[in-house]
This record gives sequence, structure tokens and C-alpha cells, in this order.
Amino acid sequence: MVVSALALVWFRNLFAVVMLSGSFSLTAAVLYVVMDAVDVAFTEAAVGAGIATVLMLGTLALTTDEEKDEPHISWPHLIIAILTGCTLIYGTLDMPHYADPNAPIHKHVAPEYLERGPKETGIPNVVTSVLASYRGYDTLGEVTVVFTAAAGVLALIGRRRRKRKDTDDLPSRPGDNS
Amino acid sequence: MSEIPKKMDEVKRKEMQHKEVLRICAKLLIPLIMTFGLYVQFHGDFGPGGGFQAGVIFASAFILYALIFGIDVGMEVLKPGVRRFLLSAGLLLYAGVGVVGMLLGGRYLNYSVLADDPVVGQHLGILLIELGVGITVAAAMITIFYVFANQDGVE
Repeated sequence: MVVSALALVWFRNLFAVVMLSGSFSLTAAVLYVVMDAVDVAFTEAAVGAGIATVLMLGTLALTTDEEKDEPHISWPHLIIAILTGCTLIYGTLDMPHYADPNAPIHKHVAPEYLERGPKETGIPNVVTSVLASYRGYDTLGEVTVVFTAAAGVLALIGRRRRKRKDTDDLPSRPGDNS
Repeated sequence: MSEIPKKMDEVKRKEMQHKEVLRICAKLLIPLIMTFGLYVQFHGDFGPGGGFQAGVIFASAFILYALIFGIDVGMEVLKPGVRRFLLSAGLLLYAGVGVVGMLLGGRYLNYSVLADDPVVGQHLGILLIELGVGITVAAAMITIFYVFANQDGVE
């Protein structure tokens, strides 16, 4: 993962970058499977490695597959990025170990969900019962986000072309440079 | 726009139509992908999966179809109006289940009141909202892909 992340920054050919980001997602999905989070892994593989790559390729087909501006290193930005990264890594030092049963995340509402979920919803997959029932509002918000994304794409590039086509059909007016 | 890209598209499309192996493989795969999508959709209660993943898998079947047979043929299968209808129908189904729960005397998005038995109600509610999620996600992905791929034509 680290190798593909570094290569992502290094490569100038955007086609290679898209392919690498797809493989990055796939590696992440494998990592989630190893961590027993099959639902997350499933989503990562389907969305991150699958659809996102296809959409990126679609975008490349519309634009070009070479990065335009020359690579240059902006030192202030690099320093800020490194500082942020170091702070985040420093923050993880305080976090409980992976799969520590005493971690706060396992003590708060999770036991309640695990205990009540199968009884109250009759659904064996706890992830689904939490996602759809206990956290129904969040999921509704997520669906709204997806809906808004599609509506935004439609409004931005679904419409503009139609207008352009309309104006193409019209006889060009004098003084109209477009 | 200029003529040359369009002509190149035509050539590409014709080339694509001669690729027998691709077309036959796609024809074999698409029903399987769709069946798997439905399985993930309705089996999400018992195993990994759910509306989001199922929607994406289902959309990938349409995207594969459009990639192999051309975007115009893909547009014929699922017209823009149908896509937009499905896009909003899924979200409305989700929100509607919440409203129905409210009308039946529960809180918004509380499914226990949907049936006499709270557990059955929860099951029904989760099934319906996952269906809504799946429909919206699939329609959104197909729409985004088609709009990107169909920049030469009229959406």
C-alpha cells in the first residue's frame, strides 16, 4: 500500500495513477478482510476499486491522461503535510491496540447493539441492523449524498452540453464570439 | 464540437462490434452480475452486503453493457427519464418508510410499528430501506457513468 501510495504521487501519467489508485483500494479491501470487516471490505472493493476507477477512466477520456503542470515541490506545503502526518501518527500512539476489548469504542454503544440487534430486528448481520435501523438517519443522509452527487453531475455536465448543442444549431449572431 | 473525435468514436464503436469474444463474454457475465447484485441486496440481512454494495454491483452490469455495446445502446436500455425516476424513487422510498412509520404512530424511521410484531416490522423496514438505498445508488452510478461517457451526445 505504501509503495502504491508513493507511486501515486510520483507518476505523471494519469492513466497509471488511476490504475494504481484502483490497486490501492483493492489492497485496502484485502486489509479490511484481514481485520474481519467484510462489509467495509466489500464496499471498498466495489466502490473504491470498481466504480471509482471506471469513473476516473471516464474522466480521463474527457480530458487528457497527462498531468499538465510541471512537477515542483512547494516547501511550505510539504512541511505542513509532514507536520500533519507526524501529528496524526503521534495521535495514534495513544489509541488502544487493535481488537483491545477494553477500548472505549467497544464499551460505549457497541455491546448494546450486539446484544439487542439480533433480538429486536431479527437480523443476524449486526452491521445491517446497525446501519439500517439504529443508525437509520445516518444512512438516509448517505443516500441523500449519493442522490445529490448524481443530481449535481446531471446539472453540471448533463445540461451544459444540451445548451451548447442548441446554440450550435442556431445561426451565429454577429458579434457573438463563443 | 469538432468532427474528428466523433469519427474516431464511430470507428471505435465498429471495432468494438467485431470483438466477438468480448461481446459473448459480456453477454454471459451480465446476467450473473445482476443475479449477484440481487443476492447481495436481499441477502444483506444474513451476510455481508446491503443496498450500497448491491447498487454498485447492479450498476456495473449496466456499465459493462454500455462499454461493450456502445453508450447509445445502453441509453436505449435505460432511458434518462427512467434513470432519473429511479434515482429519486429510491430516496423517496427510504424517506417514505420513515413517514409511514410516523403515520402509524412511531418515531421517524422506527420500523417496529410497520407490522404487528416489532421484529417483523424491523425486518420489513430494513428490507425496504435497503431496497431504496440499492435503487438510488445503482441509478446514481449509472447516471454518472452515462453522463461522463456520453459527452458528445445529448443527455
